[in-house]
Amino acid sequence: MTLREVLIALAYMIASACFVLGLMWLQSPKRARAGNLLSSLGMLVAIVATLFVSGIKDYTIIIIGSLIGSAIGAVMASTVPMTAMPQMVGLFNGFGGGASALVAAAEFFKYAANPSALTLDVSITIMLALIVGAVTFSGSMIAAGKLQGVVNERPITYPYQNFINLILFLTIVAAAIFLIVNFGNPWAFLYLTVAALIFGVLFTIPIGGADMPVVICFLNALSGVAAAMAGFVIKNNALIIAGSLVGASGVILTQIMCWAMNRPITNVLFGAFGAVVTAGSSATAVAKTVRPIQADEAAILLGYAQLVIIVPGYGMAVSQAQHAVRQLADELQKRGVTVKYAIHPVAGRMPGHMNVLLAEANVPYDQLYDMDQINDEFQNADVALIVGANDVVNPAARHDKSSPIYGMPILNADHAKQIIVLKRSMNPGFAGIENELFYNEKTRMLFGDAKESLTKLINELKNI
Amino acid sequence: MTEALLAALYIFVVAMFLGFAVITKVPPLLHTPLMSGSNAISGITIIGALIVAGRQEGWLQTVLGLIAIILAMINVVGGYLVTDRMLQMFKRKPGEKE
Repeated sequence: MTLREVLIALAYMIASACFVLGLMWLQSPKRARAGNLLSSLGMLVAIVATLFVSGIKDYTIIIIGSLIGSAIGAVMASTVPMTAMPQMVGLFNGFGGGASALVAAAEFFKYAANPSALTLDVSITIMLALIVGAVTFSGSMIAAGKLQGVVNERPITYPYQNFINLILFLTIVAAAIFLIVNFGNPWAFLYLTVAALIFGVLFTIPIGGADMPVVICFLNALSGVAAAMAGFVIKNNALIIAGSLVGASGVILTQIMCWAMNRPITNVLFGAFGAVVTAGSSATAVAKTVRPIQADEAAILLGYAQLVIIVPGYGMAVSQAQHAVRQLADELQKRGVTVKYAIHPVAGRMPGHMNVLLAEANVPYDQLYDMDQINDEFQNADVALIVGANDVVNPAARHDKSSPIYGMPILNADHAKQIIVLKRSMNPGFAGIENELFYNEKTRMLFGDAKESLTKLINELKNI
Repeated sequence: MTEALLAALYIFVVAMFLGFAVITKVPPLLHTPLMSGSNAISGITIIGALIVAGRQEGWLQTVLGLIAIILAMINVVGGYLVTDRMLQMFKRKPGEKE
């Protein structure tokens, strides 16, 4: 090892340490920002060290590529609205996975031209990085498209879907084995790449919008695994360590999301949840009446409450109502009402989605409570105000065994003394499940766009 | 070869466990920044992209490397910036400055 190689290896070690420490600092909101900065410095160290790797002869391509990529990344990051964060993260996942696949492809051609240097572990990891990277890329593009509304958000299904996907997957494995044995065959390489890209698409289209938090996490894990595999190919420990950290993070978040929906990962990925609109079985038997309320009356209920718990959901993001929610909370707090926010883990389209939106609206984070922290407090709440949430407050999840969401842990909004639901219309939520809460005798429905209803509430509050 | 592979596998497994240990403690409050931040870390594949693009072993590899650099750089720069943008919004008291 030359001195230069030692220094480069040490730089990679420092970079890896920065990544780990940066993630550790994410454990508290106070140090999180510094942690992110530290992590980015680690990345800078790794990039600069790489420029001194002896094999690199040409810097023009590197400079051009880095400038283009940095410019696009910077513009995207500074212009994206917070409500569009899930699709943004989805896109970035895809780019990372795509980059790993391209690195593997370039290595493939290097060794194809010089097969004597090839070892078995390199050929295996090239195939893995290529497959995982390509699936991550195309899958993320579809997921981002669904979140953006470019691709149909509902599950797209056809007969024998899982069977076709399985066959496609098996042919990919076969092509990979063929390539490991007959390394350098361009046709098998082409088939492998195209099939992996198609697999990413077919695998993602049957997954519905409400399950996107899981998919985004899963693709996040895959992008990490792809980077780690690329690390095996180019024999670089920084890639292996960083890739496995991201892989671990994605796996944990996927698991948390699945627990929060009480559905196994296989059901989320292969179940095409929400494809068939199911009618609520128990609710149909009972005569259903909803009790509408006007803004003036709702404002009185809220204004004379002691404790109000706000339950935000995806509807709040759609209507961009987070700022109006904060203004309403301000108005209530001025009157001496205690306001808390109850955040369900799968509210929104990615983990932590609601927290970011409310933080954007300047809601202090110590007013944001996780499900476990707040569920026992609903019984003391005078009003639970539901802003665009649906399935996460549906009591059917507790007792109705025929309901598709049976067993999912929910927020105990129905334990509050009164419930006010802001809702556009009586259309059922994403999965098409009737929500018992809306027919509860304690529940009043304030129909209309969430943001408009909130503005009316704020004005009415000022008058009482 | 086998020795190097074993060492790499060793690192892979230990880093996975380290990741599990560290990330389980991140509160749900910060799960979105965690995702975008860890996402930026997966842009580490930029190292591979730089090496591939810079070693001048044929136009095909250079083109693949160039696209890989662009994608990975979007991932790195965009990921860190957007995470920072989000994290600076998290405040304990209304109007509190950093």
